[in-house]
Amino acid sequence: MLPERLREEIRAVEKRYSTKRSAVMEALRIVQREKGYIEKEDMEEIACMLGMRPVSVNEVTAFYTMYNIQPVGRYHIQVCRNISCSLLGAEHLISYMERLLNIKVGETTQDGKFTLSTVECLGSCGTAPMMQINDTYYENLTEERIEEILKGLE
Amino acid sequence: MEKVLLKNLGKPNSHKIDTYIQGGGYRAIQEALRHTPDTIIQMVKDSGLRGRGGAGFSTGLKWSFIPKDPTVPKFLCCNADEGEPGTFKDRGIIDNDPHLLLEGMMIASYAIGANTAYIYIRGEFAFGARRLEEAIKEAYERGYLGRNIFGSDFSLDIHVHRGWGAYICGEETALLESIEGYRGQPRIKPPFPAISGLYGKPTVINNVETLSCLPAIVLKGPKWFASIGPEKSPGPKIYCVSGHVKRPGLYELPMGTSARELIYEHCGGIRDDRRLKAVIPGGVSAPMLSADEVDTPLDFDSLAAKKSMLGSGAVIVMDETTCMVKVAYIILRFFSHESCGKCTPCREGTIWLTKILKRIEYGEGRTGDVELLESLCSNIFGRTFCPLGDGAVMALRGVLKHFRDEFVYHVENKRCMV
Ligand SMILES: Cc1cc2nc3c(=O)[nH]c(=O)nc-3n(C[C@H](O)[C@H](O)[C@H](O)COP(=O)(O)O)c2cc1C
Ligand code: FES
Repeated sequence: MLPERLREEIRAVEKRYSTKRSAVMEALRIVQREKGYIEKEDMEEIACMLGMRPVSVNEVTAFYTMYNIQPVGRYHIQVCRNISCSLLGAEHLISYMERLLNIKVGETTQDGKFTLSTVECLGSCGTAPMMQINDTYYENLTEERIEEILKGLE
Repeated sequence: MEKVLLKNLGKPNSHKIDTYIQGGGYRAIQEALRHTPDTIIQMVKDSGLRGRGGAGFSTGLKWSFIPKDPTVPKFLCCNADEGEPGTFKDRGIIDNDPHLLLEGMMIASYAIGANTAYIYIRGEFAFGARRLEEAIKEAYERGYLGRNIFGSDFSLDIHVHRGWGAYICGEETALLESIEGYRGQPRIKPPFPAISGLYGKPTVINNVETLSCLPAIVLKGPKWFASIGPEKSPGPKIYCVSGHVKRPGLYELPMGTSARELIYEHCGGIRDDRRLKAVIPGGVSAPMLSADEVDTPLDFDSLAAKKSMLGSGAVIVMDETTCMVKVAYIILRFFSHESCGKCTPCREGTIWLTKILKRIEYGEGRTGDVELLESLCSNIFGRTFCPLGDGAVMALRGVLKHFRDEFVYHVENKRCMV
């Protein structure tokens, strides 16, 4: 069961819309915010709350790429690989980070601290190359800056 | 030109309601409320404002399709999905001047008779979404949102809806599906959203920048707006410049500023004073211009005449060191990643194009691959459910039009010519 506090938060979200179902994306986000990822039981509970079939919640979770259905590292590093970042050396920085963290894109470090992913344009192209770690954007990246940023994360 | 869209960027506390009010904010909505909704629609028509989300459709005309029946609920959706690679203007407004957008939304909602509005913001913009939520809260506290705003009989609620990583949700009907709690897959049009949109009700979808033009149109008048830039696509425009320029960033300039002026005067020219090779004028869906087309004015009609488009106003600049096969590969990889999977030509076609481009890029191209790309393009174009597949094809055709020889060289020599 989700804690009552979260259930209440989800019920408040429902009020913004004409149908309960509209709250599904935000409900999933709330769960992910609390737990880091979403499990089958969470989807079933959300389905029940919103009067949906569990499979419909599952479809939504699977469609939107930002839902984690598996645990990710404490710091989820997402490096942009799209055009403006690539023009300014994104690939180079991605392999630099793979070496630095000793993992490949898509993997998590042994200690569960970092997950490294690549993503498409994050709307920060004027300050390329860039990455996002959890909610925060880091822009105008260089090798030195990346090293500094990662060192600064507990 | 006096800035109206980015005027508050860089001001301390530009996102706070007091700063916005001190700069003359929330006067336009009060002025608008003194007129009938139809007068506002006419004003926006007269201004010549065309949508800044990509298609360039007349905003006033779009609003006028909304049925007038007061008993039917109507919705406004602000499109802040901003996913077109190269684009970062809506984020600039949202992060720095959220009240400008809110005031624009109030004006639009009043004009079309909507009492509920949603801002669909892409999930990655966590900072922007919080900014908007704080700004909305401030506006409610002043009584600028909610019941009977500014003592009028007009009421409005605005909510933030976060996307969660799907480019296709920027397409307006996919956006509506997403708000309704479904996968973001486009709907068949017609019916158009103006007749049957969110929850089957009349709905207007407008881009952040489009809505942010409205306060200035109301206060300064449609004639002022129409006098800026070309007659048929007037107004101020935010260009998002990225890539190989000395000073990338957001530039608010008269619509129709040439790519040359933008790159060489405003952005300080090409990095390391190299030579320009190509410019993508409106986000990756827009076919690229070659260096000798750099005098093209960046507006809807001038770019359409060059078989490209203004799109989202994302200007991506590439210098002589750029490998065009790699550019094409990155762009198509993006489209195949973002194809929503609903229709086969787009889903399968973009995967194939990406595969072939990848092998050409990695020196494993086969004889006939370039022709194969071209024939795949013909089999996708015009056969997809929504414009995503067409965008992918137009982008690739744009690269091939100017740089086909580079692809052939890659295939024959297993390496790059630049
Ligand atoms: C694949 C696709 C993606 C789109 N992405 C966006 C977007 O991120 N932001 C946006 O404002 N419009 C986007 N559009 C255009 C919208 O469908 C719609 O035309 C626009 O939001 C209307 O607003 P406007 O009239 O103010 O331009 C996209 C269209 C397509 C086909
Ligand atoms: S291309 Fe990397 S943020 Fe846009």
